[in-house]
Amino acid sequence: MNYALVTPCYIAVAALLSIGLYGVVSKRNLMKIFISLSIMETGVNLLLITIGYVPEGTAPIENANFTKYVDPLPQALVLTAIVIGLSVTALAIAMLISYYEKKGSLEYKGGMKW
Amino acid sequence: MMLVIIAWIIAILAIVAAIYAVETKDLLSSAIAMGIASLVVSIMFLVLQAPDVAITEASIGAGLTMAVFVYAIGKTKRWEE
Amino acid sequence: MRRYAGAAIAIIFFAFSIGIFMQLASYNDYEGSNYYYKNPVNGSLANESVPSHYVKETKNETGAINAVTAIVVEYRGFDTLGEVTVLFTSATGVSFLLYHVYKKLKKREANLILKEGSKLVLPFALLTGAYIFIHGHLTPGGGFPGGSIIASGFLLMMLAYPEFFVREKSLSYSESMAGSIFVIIGLLGLLFATSFLQNFIPIGKPGYLLSAGIIPLIYIAIGFKVGSELSSIVQKLKEVEK
Repeated sequence: MNYALVTPCYIAVAALLSIGLYGVVSKRNLMKIFISLSIMETGVNLLLITIGYVPEGTAPIENANFTKYVDPLPQALVLTAIVIGLSVTALAIAMLISYYEKKGSLEYKGGMKW
Repeated sequence: MMLVIIAWIIAILAIVAAIYAVETKDLLSSAIAMGIASLVVSIMFLVLQAPDVAITEASIGAGLTMAVFVYAIGKTKRWEE
Repeated sequence: MRRYAGAAIAIIFFAFSIGIFMQLASYNDYEGSNYYYKNPVNGSLANESVPSHYVKETKNETGAINAVTAIVVEYRGFDTLGEVTVLFTSATGVSFLLYHVYKKLKKREANLILKEGSKLVLPFALLTGAYIFIHGHLTPGGGFPGGSIIASGFLLMMLAYPEFFVREKSLSYSESMAGSIFVIIGLLGLLFATSFLQNFIPIGKPGYLLSAGIIPLIYIAIGFKVGSELSSIVQKLKEVEK
């Protein structure tokens, strides 16, 4: 039972998700909120690949010398998720630029009063 | 054994970069710190034996996402207050 | 007040997720050379699981050597069609929202090293991107990293020369043609074989460049499409300057 390589990955994922969540909840500047959202997406992609790790396995490319391979299914899902994360971030930034031209400042007014 | 040491160093670097990105008041430094976190996570993908995902994350996370943020900061304000 | 509430939520989330991940770590528990999924409720081992089938049978059924490529194009090809649709929607949205073009640009001359170096690097960057998406079924990579490397090459030229631009008509033409080729290959699968996006070209010998059925054709189309879309997004964000 070999947990040695997987433990720092899980700790990094939990820390990235918590720090991103703190940034989204308690900051008021819209650009800072989008940066924290992008950090959370990086954390989620790392979690998906860490689940599919087989100890002492190799990359999922057919090879005559190895018998144990790493799980290829989460890698195929993450390959799509990274590109979609970039495109959604770009659309959000475009909306932010046109919001700045109308209102003149980057903080959102209204909403919940803490 | 070497891979375990590399994994711990990468985890600590990613956490420090994320904390700096959320706390600082300078938006340009925050965007650069987010790029550093993505790059370091891309090395972690290589330690976990996933070469396709490592190439994709390195070129998109550390290149294009940071370029989009830096162009947007140039059109709006740089300091948070 | 808001910062303390945010910090409390983040700390509770951290403790909760560490507790869940320690339970998830027992999924990396495989015996022997095949791997069976261990049912966490009653501890029984399943007989054959889906990733084990993918790893064993990829070379015989599809002719590709890279298992991740075969999953993205052949076994789960419909999800790739949905992802291409999402990219197309976001590129349209960015182009629709930013339509003001201001008159005078703040011209700043770049460094000499950057100017000469980027003129030298650009053809090699395009060649590397094309190599990665043509050999998608033999080496790690595929259509998505290849398109991103092409877009990064154009970004480098935009940083060195402020007047550099790629024509809008060429980008939109190549993007629409590549998307249509993807859908036409799928409809040809419906015509010649039994279902949408099924392989209708003979497989050939694994390990050669012209093998693995429709996988190289679809990845070439995806490489062109992703490269043009990401280039057009970055160019639209740069162009609108005060």
